[in-house]
Amino acid sequence: MAYDYEKFIRPGKLPHIWCPGCGHGIVMKGLIRAIDACGLKKENTAIVSGIGCASRLPGYMDCCTLHTAHGRAAAFATGVKMSRPEMDVILVGGDGDGTAIGGNHFIHACRRNINMTYIILNNKIYGMTGGQFSPATPTGDKASTTPYGNPDPAFDIAKLAIGAGATFVARGTAFHANQIDKLIAEAIQHKGFSVVEILDDCPTTYGRRNKFKSVIEMMNHLKDIAVPVKAAEKMSPEQLKGKVLTGVLYKEDKPEYCEQYAKVIERAQAAK
Amino acid sequence: MAKKVAFLQGNEAAAQGALYAGCKFFAGYPITPSTEVAEVMSVELPKIGGKFIQMEDEIGAMAALLGGALGGAKALTSTSGPGLSLKQELIGYGCIAEIPCVIINVMRGGPSTGMPTGPSQSDIMSAKWGTHGDHPAICLVPASVQELFEETVRAFNLAEKYRTPVMVMPDEIVGHMRERVVFPEPGELEVIDRAAPTVEPAQYKPYDTSFGDVPPLAAFGSGYKFHVTGLNKLPDGFPTTKAEYVQAEEERQVRKVEGNADDIMKWEEYKCDDAEIIIVAFGSTSRSARFAVDQAREQGIKAGLFRLITFWPFPEKRILELSKKVKAFITPEMNLGMATGVVKAAVEGNAPVLGIFRVDGEPINPGQILDKMKEVK
Ligand SMILES: Cc1ncc(C[n+]2csc(CCOP(=O)(O)OP(=O)(O)O)c2C)c(N)n1
Ligand code: SF4
Repeated sequence: MAYDYEKFIRPGKLPHIWCPGCGHGIVMKGLIRAIDACGLKKENTAIVSGIGCASRLPGYMDCCTLHTAHGRAAAFATGVKMSRPEMDVILVGGDGDGTAIGGNHFIHACRRNINMTYIILNNKIYGMTGGQFSPATPTGDKASTTPYGNPDPAFDIAKLAIGAGATFVARGTAFHANQIDKLIAEAIQHKGFSVVEILDDCPTTYGRRNKFKSVIEMMNHLKDIAVPVKAAEKMSPEQLKGKVLTGVLYKEDKPEYCEQYAKVIERAQAAK
Repeated sequence: MAKKVAFLQGNEAAAQGALYAGCKFFAGYPITPSTEVAEVMSVELPKIGGKFIQMEDEIGAMAALLGGALGGAKALTSTSGPGLSLKQELIGYGCIAEIPCVIINVMRGGPSTGMPTGPSQSDIMSAKWGTHGDHPAICLVPASVQELFEETVRAFNLAEKYRTPVMVMPDEIVGHMRERVVFPEPGELEVIDRAAPTVEPAQYKPYDTSFGDVPPLAAFGSGYKFHVTGLNKLPDGFPTTKAEYVQAEEERQVRKVEGNADDIMKWEEYKCDDAEIIIVAFGSTSRSARFAVDQAREQGIKAGLFRLITFWPFPEKRILELSKKVKAFITPEMNLGMATGVVKAAVEGNAPVLGIFRVDGEPINPGQILDKMKEVK
């Protein structure tokens, strides 16, 4: 029997705004399956986003949804989680939203290790505003504001998250749709700040400028570059050139922020 | 039983006022001359099971504040100068998404880093026009430590009642001076909590105007599922660009404050009944003005003080009435003429408005005001 996505979709809010061939919808389906698999309650789940095509995702979900300002999702979500630690809090947003304007909030959410899951839909471009380069756009690529090729180096978002202190970091792709829900579910179940980067495609503003003739070509590219961490262990540096690792990249147990603050409350009350 | 009395700094009193009002959540970023508010909250909130978080910057602090408020908490932040500039982006979010919260902004010299420890009254326009777009503005400008306590309580009440961010703006002198504060007993000052929804979760719409200009706000995690956005929205909280909704919603958001100005505005008239010269002042400047009025009266000059306690909404109707019977207004302020412009607009040319402006980090003294009175023909 086909999976019933409807039970988590907000009635009357489809069709979505995404272009045909956009990978964001694939990630949303993965997120729905993950929420379902983890048994989260809709009214007890907050889905928080910034601004961008990816950030429109929460509006379609039948939960407590908060579409904040550009880049601010992690900081708003921190307030929600602190105020309501019993809620499950999931963040969704684009590479630009999360690592450019929202970069500061992102690294500090990682550092605090507050129990939330951040799904970054990395299409390497600012889709919503028409294809300007983002901190994830590879050097040399074309964007509407890098007509002669991008002079900037790109962030490795997963590495950035690990470096900043996130305690669960995974990467998947929109091509490997069946893996997305498993990665997100594991991230949700992890206690601490978890980051799932999904390599995604934007045919409209990135693909057409960078010699991808079709969505299928973009998807095949994601398939070609992805190497599961386990498989990578047996590969030489030569073989790994131009590839990206997928799967769970990092996992660590460290004190969680809301629990740490609960101890602050205990100490303050003991001293009273 | 004797009331609790303490000798407090203004910023400490603001924090105590917030706690009296039932504040359970603070998000901030340190900045002079407001930091003591955060420090007191970091000590007191965990004692009552509340939450304090120091964020990575003022944008993050404002975001966390709104997130905490949506979780159902009465929420406070404090800042000054450059911090207020950073908060402005999301103050606008609080206005359009209609999320109650209180911002204490202790005014220091600007622009930019300006004079971190110098007193100023130059953020009052920022309180109204600092974030882009049309929006409601409530700004309270207390003049004593006791009043800072009480106005902070009132700020929470107004935020909860009108579902909007409210600013309390003491100047640095009021924020840092120490005075005797008499703590009101619990129940002595009114404490208002936001209206909770009366409908079942399935029927709930966060901007349902059939409940009036201030629709009830549910908390995240309380069984209600709903959407919140910074885009122009429909009654159910979802984005719209439909002209009739956008126009009506923007007008309602401003009307819920402007239309209730009589409930929000507060001022004090001192010796204004027979006054020929009225000083319009607020914050620490109003203390010098009061002294100057008394001195003037001794010298036979019929002076009075109109002390603003609310700056926004501004009591323009009352100023207009008074303008018909006075020779002149004098507007001393620690900026280069912000309140003066507002008073001028209110008097509609009925009387001259003579400003006294100081931005050198020194307070305006009574002698300066008295000298100005003598210039009035
Ligand atoms: C403060 C602010 N600056 C700029 C913008 C304009 N803006 C809207 S979306 C966006 C980029 C979104 O890109 P990304 O986060 O990568 O998401 P995508 O649209 O590609 O899914 C920008 C720059 C804004 N809304 N707010
Ligand atoms: S512009 Fe790009 S990111 Fe936005 S919906 Fe279209 S394909 Fe997706």
